[in-house]
Amino acid sequence: MSKTAINQPGTVRFRTHKHWTRDDTELTLLGLPSAIWYFVFSYLPMFGLIIAFKNYRIVPGKGFLYSLFHSDWAGLSNFTFFLKSNTFSMLLRNTLVYNLIFIILGIVFPVSLAILISQLYSKKASKVYQTLMFFPYFMSWVVVSYFVYAFLNPDKGLANNVLAALGLDTVRWYSEPEYWPFILTFMQVWKSLGYSMVVYLASITGIDESWYEAAMLDGATKWQQARYIILPTLKPIIVMMFILNVGHIFYSDFGLFYQVTQGIPNSLTNVASTFDTYIYMALQSNVSIGKTAAAGLFQSVACCVTVLAANFIVSKVDEENAII
Amino acid sequence: MTAETGKKKAFRLNAVKPVTNAWLRALFVLLSFMCIFPFFYVFMISVSSEQSIRQSGYAIWPSEFSGAAYRFLWNEHDTILHSLLISVLVTVIGTVLGVLLTTSLGYVLSRPGFRLKGFFTWMTFIPMIFSGGMVANYVVVANLLGLSNTIWALILPLSLSSFNAIICKTFFKTTIPDSLIESAKIDGATQLTIFSRIVIPISKPVFATIALFLTFGYWNDWFQSSLYISDTSLISLQALLNNMMKNLDYIANNPSAGLSLQQYRNSMPSESVRMAIAVVIIIPIACAYPFFQKYFISGLTVGAVKG
Repeated sequence: MSKTAINQPGTVRFRTHKHWTRDDTELTLLGLPSAIWYFVFSYLPMFGLIIAFKNYRIVPGKGFLYSLFHSDWAGLSNFTFFLKSNTFSMLLRNTLVYNLIFIILGIVFPVSLAILISQLYSKKASKVYQTLMFFPYFMSWVVVSYFVYAFLNPDKGLANNVLAALGLDTVRWYSEPEYWPFILTFMQVWKSLGYSMVVYLASITGIDESWYEAAMLDGATKWQQARYIILPTLKPIIVMMFILNVGHIFYSDFGLFYQVTQGIPNSLTNVASTFDTYIYMALQSNVSIGKTAAAGLFQSVACCVTVLAANFIVSKVDEENAII
Repeated sequence: MTAETGKKKAFRLNAVKPVTNAWLRALFVLLSFMCIFPFFYVFMISVSSEQSIRQSGYAIWPSEFSGAAYRFLWNEHDTILHSLLISVLVTVIGTVLGVLLTTSLGYVLSRPGFRLKGFFTWMTFIPMIFSGGMVANYVVVANLLGLSNTIWALILPLSLSSFNAIICKTFFKTTIPDSLIESAKIDGATQLTIFSRIVIPISKPVFATIALFLTFGYWNDWFQSSLYISDTSLISLQALLNNMMKNLDYIANNPSAGLSLQQYRNSMPSESVRMAIAVVIIIPIACAYPFFQKYFISGLTVGAVKG
């Protein structure tokens, strides 16, 4: 339907008061399975968060729902317990600091590498590099944890073999916390680098060749071309990635922190625990499920607020690039 | 001189200096090497003999090669093949189900003039900014639906994601002309017919993209297993690998007939076996992904288009 048609008053009324058609019924039926899925796996859990406000107790012989509704209300005590505990500030610090570093590096490295790889003479070689660098993206964190283990195994790993060969002291990697911020950051960058680079590269290759030619005729250096042609082209994607990542700043990649450290041994708790690993470990132990859910709800609400805030700020600065 | 060579010359003039190109090549060779070296290394460990691992640790080039780890896995083919079967089953069912759910939702969202479009759009959008989180999901799947220790606990929670649905919606909106749908409607086709007979055949790229996202997601998943599965008959390959990291003897928990547990443990080339299982998981992906890479990229770039 053309714009002019919508602008005529009669058409507008026709559209808003349109009757329910057979088409609508069919589309609803087509969307129904997905709607049911969303209800069960997305919206039911949101209501399930009620458990965070309860002292959940299993009533013997009764089902889960019965127990849930007959448990006492806990008010906000589950939250105050979590927020006042010593671990909270540690978890908050780890989750936020790691995420900030990952967000910054996750933009700086892939964007610069994408610009650099687009300058290579041989497009064929560039394809090969892209394919090889994409490889880690397809590995699960379990598999990656084996890679890391092969390097860091204290007795047999490559890292200690090399240190020993150089006559240096070997390191008991899995019990020395000071190295782990770097190891975790390195693994995160290693796994996502090729993939992000290729995404940015896809938009760089979409740039019209004549822009560079015009810039070059005006005497623009490579640096200026990157600054005034490539970066502005990438800006919408960078901003979108930024908002999405900031929106997830209270979440962490569970696999990275849990698997790469071999299930977070006690010695590494302070450097490798995040909200997700805390919740997961609480879920596996016998911490009350209400307290665990409170931690989860805190995380969800904090995330929701940050993504809306990030989007709000972006929309103030540059309306076009906001995603909502 | 033709325009073609003129253009080529202009491009050449704009290219970086040969020295810079050589530096860049060195940089990318190094980065590529770093990305695949761990795989090579793990493979080498898996073919090292126990003897050489004991003597010189994990070597890049072992002093003695041995196929013991793979022979061991072959002898354990009941366990391994069973896990492989679970992995394949979950991946196939999950991908088919997921593709159907995702694309049908994407199609519904892409229809202009649909009365419930607003409802469906919000339904898809809200989970992107707010979710119940791990605990609430666990409570629903395990306690409310009682899916623990069923294959559905591995399949259902991962089959739909808002991000994928929006990729589909954007794709349908930009590639399928409204006139095509309208004319089919005039010919009396129902929306289901239109979707299955017209939309699916002309939207193969987006189906491939979504299918691949799902396939890799299911194949690589260990997290759902670790939450919901304790029954050993439902352990997927990734979960098996995950359990073996914590407990090297995991695979020895159900030893083959005729051996005591101790004999069995002694006969196991434990170090290389773990790495061999990792290799078994990686090989299918390593063989497949170079061919499918472009669908990933197209999916991700379509997803980046605001729509």
